[in-house]
Amino acid sequence: MNIFVLLKRTFDTEEKIVISNGSIVEDGAEFIINPYDEYAVEEAIQIRDSQGGEVTVVSVGGEEAEKQLRTALAMGADKAVLINIEDDIENGDQFTTSKILAEFLQGKEADLILAGNVAIDGGSGQVGPRVADLLDIPYITTITNITVDGTSVKIVRDVEGDSETIEAALPLLVTAQQGLNEPRYPSLPGIMKAKKKPLEELELDDLDLDEDDVEAKTKTIEIFLPPKKEAGKVLEGELDVQVKELVSLLHSEAKVI
Amino acid sequence: MEKTNTRTRGASFLFSKVEPDHVFTPEDFTDEHRMIGTTAKQFVEKEVTPHQGQIEKQDFKLIVTLMQKAGDLGLLAHSIPEQYGGLGLDKISKGIVGEMVGQSGGYGVAHSNHTCIATLPITYFGTEEQKAKYLPKLASGEYIGAYCLTEPNAGSDALSAQTTARLNETGTHYVLNGTKLYITNAFFSDTFIVYAKVDGTKFTAFIVEKDFPGLSLGPEEEKMGIKGSSTRSVILEDCQVPAENLLGEVGKGHVIALNVLNLGRFNLGSACMGASKYSLSKALQFTQERKQFGRAISDFPATKQKVVKMAGRIYATESLQYRTASLLEEALGGLYESSDWKEIGKQMSEFATECAICKVYGSETLDFTADETLQLHGGAGFIKDYGVEQIYRDSRINRIFEGTNEINRLLIPTHLFRKAMKGEVDLLSKVQQAIAELQESVKLDNEPLAEERNAVDTIRNLFLLCAGLAFEAHGEGLVHEQETLMGLADLAITLYTAESSVIRTLRSVKRYGEEKSALKINLARVVLEDSLWDAERLSRTLTMALTDGEKQKQLTGLIFRECSQLRSVSLSVDKKRELADLLFKENKFIC
Repeated sequence: MNIFVLLKRTFDTEEKIVISNGSIVEDGAEFIINPYDEYAVEEAIQIRDSQGGEVTVVSVGGEEAEKQLRTALAMGADKAVLINIEDDIENGDQFTTSKILAEFLQGKEADLILAGNVAIDGGSGQVGPRVADLLDIPYITTITNITVDGTSVKIVRDVEGDSETIEAALPLLVTAQQGLNEPRYPSLPGIMKAKKKPLEELELDDLDLDEDDVEAKTKTIEIFLPPKKEAGKVLEGELDVQVKELVSLLHSEAKVI
Repeated sequence: MEKTNTRTRGASFLFSKVEPDHVFTPEDFTDEHRMIGTTAKQFVEKEVTPHQGQIEKQDFKLIVTLMQKAGDLGLLAHSIPEQYGGLGLDKISKGIVGEMVGQSGGYGVAHSNHTCIATLPITYFGTEEQKAKYLPKLASGEYIGAYCLTEPNAGSDALSAQTTARLNETGTHYVLNGTKLYITNAFFSDTFIVYAKVDGTKFTAFIVEKDFPGLSLGPEEEKMGIKGSSTRSVILEDCQVPAENLLGEVGKGHVIALNVLNLGRFNLGSACMGASKYSLSKALQFTQERKQFGRAISDFPATKQKVVKMAGRIYATESLQYRTASLLEEALGGLYESSDWKEIGKQMSEFATECAICKVYGSETLDFTADETLQLHGGAGFIKDYGVEQIYRDSRINRIFEGTNEINRLLIPTHLFRKAMKGEVDLLSKVQQAIAELQESVKLDNEPLAEERNAVDTIRNLFLLCAGLAFEAHGEGLVHEQETLMGLADLAITLYTAESSVIRTLRSVKRYGEEKSALKINLARVVLEDSLWDAERLSRTLTMALTDGEKQKQLTGLIFRECSQLRSVSLSVDKKRELADLLFKENKFIC
């Protein structure tokens, strides 16, 4: 099977976001594989191990994303491709990324493409479905289980807390939801082997794309942090007094009733 | 100027400046090093820490399972050559894994004991057959190992062992008799490296399997800490060890026993560093949650002062551990496949001084950090649920095993004097040069950290001055003057910590600029401030003891003046508070 995984480098979940001059400060921050993409990598490796074939991880980003790709290789992926847009694109969006990925995947005869359900930074959840659309293949999002049998695929997906079982056929794109698996961490032999695995670096030119072709469709107007959480209030007194006060506060202060 | 060889010699930091480019720092880690660190950390946090309660209750089955899981991840295989099922990684990787498992108390001790002193004797001194038979299993965790040196009457004086080995009449087996004491991992070990005297005189190493007839274990010792690592006596009663399980050569057991301990001491330093970082992060978190007098106790300058001191010591430990890791790699990197035991022994002991410092400084940093963390927790520190009393209990053994800190201190100057006696180092001219430099006024260069580097040079000169005085006063009898040796050892430790911190910072400044290295500069200054006070106190005390009359007056005056001139490298109170605030923001040691 020819399996591809779409992978994004994101902030470590433990990082505190600091905004300076209207943009997020990246200096000194730790970066990781987007956790949902990590599920995708793990699932891809498991499917390859049972079905045979090859797993290629692809990332659109800067030079630094090489570290996350190396980690995926150390987990067990076979090949990695970095589409380096550092020098070409200043402000991309989901359209930019999906257009580039689709262009790359065109003609690669992917049987299965796995991506994360969302990236924990942008959080749009668009890239996977957009890529599938551009490639004109079906997609299923937020999957929590997948079984491949020949070219038919059985999938359980999370639907707002309920489960839905779907049957589909390859080629297919799926996006991973939490619960799909428990991603392994790279073993030391895996880390040492990853050093020797191929990591190809491409630029827009190599995909016959111009900057105009992938120009963002959206514009970021402002970036701001959520308001600071105020301290809670403990009501005191007789129960009925408390209830009355609560109702009045919900009405006047929280303005929810 | 001293011409620097491309290859650093052991203990050379005591008498010559180091070339900054020859000092390895954590900033030089490769991507692989970082990934290995992440994997080891995740393993500890996900697999070990959640079971801390069971581990404390001495669930040894669990320890074995965890070791096997570690084996699956390759965490037991770093120091075993590839051809024997290992990974043959460098000593930096070994240090990284050691650091990461260090925070896990009893499990960490079991893990490190296995990968280090229980496995390395076979890695470096085993025959091909022995390596092929044991190493793959030790790498995977199928076998767990123990190292049996201590006896009821042979602790620090290890070579006075009374365990005997006698070749049987048919020449097929050695028959071992004796008792080994306080053996780590005893209960679940499959292989025991046992030292015994062939014919009652020739100190020799053997690989003994748990099922060899005549081997039995004493009851589990009730220990103060590191409860997850089993500790028992190993009793040998006419224990039948096949002749091919003799390790190394008859009468050459000391080459294995003592040299492997050098690596053990380095590794212990790594583990203590990891545990110190863990301890500090607990202190940082707790003091921000605990409120008294209407504010978090982290707001009080007295808390900040403690935090800064801990961070300074951790910075120094980290700097000297990885510097030493790289030195050990230089010495041993090419010897995985060697069978030249003499050369291996020589290379393993080349950096004995540095390894002893790793052990002493690392274990005392952890003791200091654990104690202050407990103090900052107040009453909660004394209560089991908060997990701090365990850090405190687990810490204490580190100053004792792998050679007590006292034995290690004695080793530090003794190595240098031996080299001087053998004519390998012209100590006398170094001493004279040092005294001359102390009397001259120094012209600082224009390179970064000129004052800091000058301070390090002064500490070196003070060490050399005192070493010269000690030699002058006692000559060859110096080995018996333990008070003097202890003082010289502390000066040497002070020098290595100060130099490792400053050179690491210098390399960072050169690579990333001053602004991005600001935190490192501040931490190095915290280290230096203490180093200078220590150096002044130590060298004045030694001078008082070793000289008298006019000379004494002159020299103590000289030391006082020299050290007083260097105070400008200290960090202001305000800057120290800022440094503490930064650590509080991160909730962990950063630099």
